[in-house]
Amino acid sequence: MSELKPAADWTTGTEAIGYQSCCACQSIQYFRRSFCAACGSPDLDDKQASGEGTVYATSLVLRAGTPEAREHVPYNILLIDTAEGFRMMAHGANDLVIGDRVKAVYRQFTGRLVPFFEKTPQ
Amino acid sequence: MSYITGVGLLPYGKHEGSSTIDLMSRAAELALADAGLKRGDIDGFLCGYSTTMPHIMLATVFAEHFGITPSYAHAIQVGGATGMAMAMLAHQLVEGGVAKHVLVVGGENRLTGQSRDASIQALAQVGHPIYEVPLGPTIPAYYGLVANRYMHEYGVTQEDLAEFAVLMRKRALTHPGAQFHEPITVADVMASKTIATPLKLLDCCPVSDGGAAFVVSYEPTSSTKIRVRGAAQAHTHQHITAAPALSELGAEIAIARAKKATGIEISDVRYAAVYDSFTITLAMLLEDLGLAGRGEAAARVRAGHFSQHGAMPLNTHGGLLSYGHCGVGGAMAHLVETHLQMTGRAENRQVRDASVALLHGDGGVLSSHVSMFLERVS
Repeated sequence: MSELKPAADWTTGTEAIGYQSCCACQSIQYFRRSFCAACGSPDLDDKQASGEGTVYATSLVLRAGTPEAREHVPYNILLIDTAEGFRMMAHGANDLVIGDRVKAVYRQFTGRLVPFFEKTPQ
Repeated sequence: MSYITGVGLLPYGKHEGSSTIDLMSRAAELALADAGLKRGDIDGFLCGYSTTMPHIMLATVFAEHFGITPSYAHAIQVGGATGMAMAMLAHQLVEGGVAKHVLVVGGENRLTGQSRDASIQALAQVGHPIYEVPLGPTIPAYYGLVANRYMHEYGVTQEDLAEFAVLMRKRALTHPGAQFHEPITVADVMASKTIATPLKLLDCCPVSDGGAAFVVSYEPTSSTKIRVRGAAQAHTHQHITAAPALSELGAEIAIARAKKATGIEISDVRYAAVYDSFTITLAMLLEDLGLAGRGEAAARVRAGHFSQHGAMPLNTHGGLLSYGHCGVGGAMAHLVETHLQMTGRAENRQVRDASVALLHGDGGVLSSHVSMFLERVS
């Protein structure tokens, strides 16, 4: 199994959304691994998503679990179906609804960089 | 073949000063007495986990403390599905001849043994540590996402979801061991504080102290014979980000496998015990299991279908939503209540006919599912 390079995206503080594409079976995956979860191949390409997508689901959090997160309430937890075809969790504008076309910017949340989706002007 | 020969259930709520092991011991004692068995009869032991007492060998810690030396013992963890998964494993151990009497125990001082923040944080760890947890979601937010999508796809409203909280509270009012004893209305649910949209405080189960236990045996130990007909599981994902479409979730897969394994159809079922961590969980699972049509579960609640004397009595102890949720013991209470119903011992909660029961547990964010059928035999 090949060694996994560190991600270069929001999970490590870079303004980007990374994903992997399998050279063997063309599957894509968002959760970074040293192998393709669909076929097991270690031959994966690192890619960067466009940041465009559609809102799949939203939940506006009013009761946070930690004192650090409590300073940010209310914050909107989203599931986004990206233009590239994978689903991801992110933050976004409080008034987003299912089906909205969105694009990612980045914000600070509890001292970390997180993707924040805003509605794309129609 | 295996039989559930004894059950034990503590009141849920606050058990100030009681540890995980204390609560497990009390529940185990009740189940042993109910089965008419002694410690020395127990040759198999299964337990779950405790967030207030993390341990790499909880089963043997308990066995030593309680005074049993089983030939088979370990803990298992499948989140909220743990109770049903243990019941399934106990059934298979008995069927496989590994053990004659398997004691199954869950208990935790989840309410008084830690701060509310610690409890919420411990549970939020079912999320992905890199791709979800840094975004500050909570368990209600994971289920809030599911609820938001389910309502969108099937035209379910917040008032619909509130019906399930009201139903479970009505049931809890008839059980002295339940955590909550004040009646609530749909308006009360709607007016309760928002936790993570669309879920409000009364859409969410509470955090409780409590414990539950049962014994699964190779032969009945009394004249009432409650037989495990069979069970099945499905595990489609761990994290909500990786969940399949709503129409492809594990409950439908698990129930299809359980029906195939037992030959039992939903039309044979007379009593239902369904996991209800949130109102949306119960609404979805009822529909996934085929106990209501898509988007129709709330209408069935309003029509009295799931009431004590309705066509399909459901969680007559009040469920996780109103009896309480102490972790592993939470869903085990569903099984204990089912046993009481099937053996005609549910007192003022007794239903007309509980001869065939369907039980379903869910762990994670609709991640792990266990469906089980029980049958009273003469």
